[in-house]
Amino acid sequence: MKAIYNRLFGGTTGVVQLGILAAILMIVLPLSLDIFRLNLVGKYLTYAFVALGLVLLWGKAGVLSLGQGVFFGLGGYCMAMFLKLEASDPISTKIQSTPGIPDFMDWNQITQLPAFWMPFKSLPFTLLAVVVVPSIVAFVLGVAMFKRRVGGVYFAIITQALALILSLAIDGNQGYTGGRNGITDLRTLLGWDIRSSHAQYLLYFTTCGLLVLAIVLSQWMLSGKLGKMLLAMRDREDRVRFSGYDVSMFKVFTFCFAAALSGVGGALFVLQVGFISPSLVGIVPSIEMVIFAAVGGRVSLLGAVYGTLLVNTGKSLFSENFPQLWLFAMGGLFIAVVVLFPNGLAGVVELIRKKVSPFLKNLRTSSTLPTSGSTPLPSPDKP
Amino acid sequence: MKPTTIITAPERIPLRRFLIASTAAITLALQSSPSLAGEAYPTAKVNTTGLAVTDDTVTVGQLHSATGTMAISETGSIQAEQLAIDQINASGGVLGRKIKVIVEDGASDWPTFAEKAKKLLVNDKVASVFGCWTSASRKAVLPVFEKENGMLYYPTFYEGLEQSKNVIYTGQEATQQILAGLDWIAKEKKAKSFYLIGSDYIWPRTSSKIARKHIENVLKGTVVGEEYYALGHTQFGSLINKIKLKKPDVIYAIIVGGSNVSFYKQLKAAGITSDKWTVLTISVTEDEVLGIGGENLAGFYSSMKYFQSLDNPNNKAFVEAFKSKYGAKSVIGDVTQAGYLGPWLWKLAVEKAGSFDIDKIAAASPGIEFTQAPEGYVKVHPNHHLWSKLRIGQWGVEGQAKVLYESGLIEPDPFPKGYQ
Amino acid sequence: MQSFAGFSLFSVLLLMALGLAIIFGQMGVVNLAHGEFMALGAYTVYLSSTVVHTYLPALAPYYFVIAIVIAFLVAGLTGWLVEWSLIRFLYKRPLDTLLATWGLSLIMQQSFRSIFGAREVTPTLPEWLMGSFKPSESIDIPINGVFVMGLTLALTLGIWLFMYRSRIGLQMRATVQNRVMSGAAGINTRLVDRFTFSLGCGIAGVAGAAFTTIGSTGPDSGSRYIVDTFLVVVFGGTASLMGTIASAFGIAQGQSILEFFLKGTMGKVAVLMVIVLVLMIRPQGLFASKIRS
Repeated sequence: MKAIYNRLFGGTTGVVQLGILAAILMIVLPLSLDIFRLNLVGKYLTYAFVALGLVLLWGKAGVLSLGQGVFFGLGGYCMAMFLKLEASDPISTKIQSTPGIPDFMDWNQITQLPAFWMPFKSLPFTLLAVVVVPSIVAFVLGVAMFKRRVGGVYFAIITQALALILSLAIDGNQGYTGGRNGITDLRTLLGWDIRSSHAQYLLYFTTCGLLVLAIVLSQWMLSGKLGKMLLAMRDREDRVRFSGYDVSMFKVFTFCFAAALSGVGGALFVLQVGFISPSLVGIVPSIEMVIFAAVGGRVSLLGAVYGTLLVNTGKSLFSENFPQLWLFAMGGLFIAVVVLFPNGLAGVVELIRKKVSPFLKNLRTSSTLPTSGSTPLPSPDKP
Repeated sequence: MKPTTIITAPERIPLRRFLIASTAAITLALQSSPSLAGEAYPTAKVNTTGLAVTDDTVTVGQLHSATGTMAISETGSIQAEQLAIDQINASGGVLGRKIKVIVEDGASDWPTFAEKAKKLLVNDKVASVFGCWTSASRKAVLPVFEKENGMLYYPTFYEGLEQSKNVIYTGQEATQQILAGLDWIAKEKKAKSFYLIGSDYIWPRTSSKIARKHIENVLKGTVVGEEYYALGHTQFGSLINKIKLKKPDVIYAIIVGGSNVSFYKQLKAAGITSDKWTVLTISVTEDEVLGIGGENLAGFYSSMKYFQSLDNPNNKAFVEAFKSKYGAKSVIGDVTQAGYLGPWLWKLAVEKAGSFDIDKIAAASPGIEFTQAPEGYVKVHPNHHLWSKLRIGQWGVEGQAKVLYESGLIEPDPFPKGYQ
Repeated sequence: MQSFAGFSLFSVLLLMALGLAIIFGQMGVVNLAHGEFMALGAYTVYLSSTVVHTYLPALAPYYFVIAIVIAFLVAGLTGWLVEWSLIRFLYKRPLDTLLATWGLSLIMQQSFRSIFGAREVTPTLPEWLMGSFKPSESIDIPINGVFVMGLTLALTLGIWLFMYRSRIGLQMRATVQNRVMSGAAGINTRLVDRFTFSLGCGIAGVAGAAFTTIGSTGPDSGSRYIVDTFLVVVFGGTASLMGTIASAFGIAQGQSILEFFLKGTMGKVAVLMVIVLVLMIRPQGLFASKIRS
């Protein structure tokens, strides 16, 4: 029991830290923000899923992917296809030449729903696809590359090219994908209006819940054999290989897991924002997500969440008040994080704790000793 | 009147602050309109839905890309809308209220557009939004405007296939921009074969589709090629070879953004010039010419509703006002002019409705006529698009177009029968 | 004619990739701001064009050649500063240079936007650069295309001579092969690094300057080139000038043929797919020399 508890949460410190995060997300923010801002936070949190995946992949396994937007996009598109089909019932699309198919298909003279859209009429299939499609793509790519020991910069550049390919391919097949405009005007999920504030509250809490679950799951995986292997591989890959382990399969697994997380994030994004477009798949969003993880500290799961929130809040505030300065700030942040704080926020916190904890310890030993133990304080009003 | 209360302030006020206060009082007293507005149009009456309207101001939003790839195109619209708002304020505002603008940057990113639209409508409660440029950004904000019941004035010529209570389209829908132009070129150049080239997104694709139907069904001509290139594509060598192989009578180009410059430069370098070839485009305005260079376009045709060189008093005044505000070198393209219409049409709608309420404006808009429009005369159709003319301009080396042809007023038809 | 389109694209790709082949291939620095150095060169030409046409109209027909040299110097000098202030701290962490230079590219883009405005600009080019030769009625050979090809050829030759025939080139190659030994042999490796980096940036500046003859320049022009550029270098196999040339040639011919037969966007997608597939099978690139990592 105790062992499982430790593995899931990383001991008492882990529980406290996760509890603080959950409290901030689920209690403090909903109470202090209006629904508009809260919905924004919800959107940022969907990026945090990608950042979590990057912590595993980049921070722990040492493999930097600049194509995580691909998986975010795949998950998002799966979800959006389902919602779009629901929004394109024959009655609300009766103005089209072919009622019952998504509007953009009609605009492109497509008269029949393409076969690969068919399964997305089913919600269970869609939910499965959100996780499975990104994982399969990641598996194929991962096997092809990690088996050949493609790593480091090459892996980064190839994944970046993949992000470009997918966004171009979506652009170029407008009739099947909605093209550059993406899939828009998504309204309901099984008849439930996802744009009402009630729905947005619910979706926000769902996102938070799934995010905490994802953190716990990642924590559990890292505390096991996988975590040790990844660490060993990151530091001396050849030694692990010489010890008889199939190094590549560990990486492939991590890559798939990160992809699945990103897919979930993408699906939640679509539910909260109401559309998806290739601009969320391409090179720029993919590399921005890396900076979310880097700001939080590339090896810290919780740091990734804080990093994502911080950078995005900064982006929103900056672009509302000083639109011209935003790119300077973002660029400066990239450089500062890399050159000055390679361990990001988590590194800063660690530093503070190292400086502060001896001081706290001193405090504790000198002042808290008398009241330690479980005996209640003597009440002064007792005679 | 109220200002006296300020002047009878205690004597201990330092001189400087006293001076400032009294200046403010004088300015307040001079601006007689707010109090008048308060009497004729009490805020409680003209604003029943909680919009950002006070006794002397009304807040509107402006939502364009000031940064990112689209900033190139949207700058003109931002400036024109600002100019119109300044002019309206100088002439007494709307229902006696000065317009205040909250500017948001969509940063060429569609989720950001949706986010900012929501902010303007939900947090800032703006009475109207002037903004968006690309179809993608409009598609991204449309559900927000419909859900939160806002009003968007959208300035770009676009693909049609859309109509919303919450949008006034001040640019042309596709048929208004395409059909009469094709008729003209077919007649003038005896053109039978066309090569359609576009950037790869919905507006060029839908426009090509309409053009193709018109060429094949009405003009009885042929389309010898139809191609799309990714936005930002810069190498057109292979395409130009294909064009030369097919020898079309007309090259019909719908290329946008930075690709435009490469495309026309490479056409010229490959010997496709106006002495032997006919190029008709619906995506080049004075704004684009600035980047492409008039020498690379000389003799080619654009099909638009507005050119800066239009010879009428409205336009002369508009061009002069624009240049005195933004510099003698600035140019005005079709969309810039359409952007300028937005605030004016909104003002007219508010005054007709006698209210800032979105529903009342939406209902009052059809039938509104704006006779001071630089393009001449515009009228809002019940489908929230504008009646407009089509003009063919031929580009000169100096970057201005000579208007060769002008159609009558064309009815907007966003869902054209027979072209879908 | 179609082969000319291929050759023209080849020279463009090669020109883009040459600078990066030095920075990434020789030094292993992942410079994602490479595209911005090209834009810097292009803006330099634009600026010179404006200055010349305002103050020295007599020079207008000739300024372009001088502007290219200035573009080289400006981009090279900026590269020198960047190496000194940023890159030198990151030689041991290639993935981090990737992030830092991406940050740098954002800053450079916004600087361009603040200085030159969001609109795309084009310098006024001398008349002799525009237009075309006409060897026969049906063939037009664009002069600007020929100019870019000539420039690419000259630059490639220059780099080859410099790398393989000059003393500094020898030192550069020595540093790449064995930094410690080179240091021990008396080479100031830090200076060599800085020089190599700024040389690569300078070449990017020249590429950007040449591109003003075929396209326009905007604040984010650079980001349009960056993926293509990296793919050319990686596809050719790093650390080999011949590889870069061959890969630029292969990609250019492939792309122009595919674009001729496929339509528009999908031609480009097909080319990228082929490159990625080949890289998955041969991650070391087409012409990798055996290197120890």
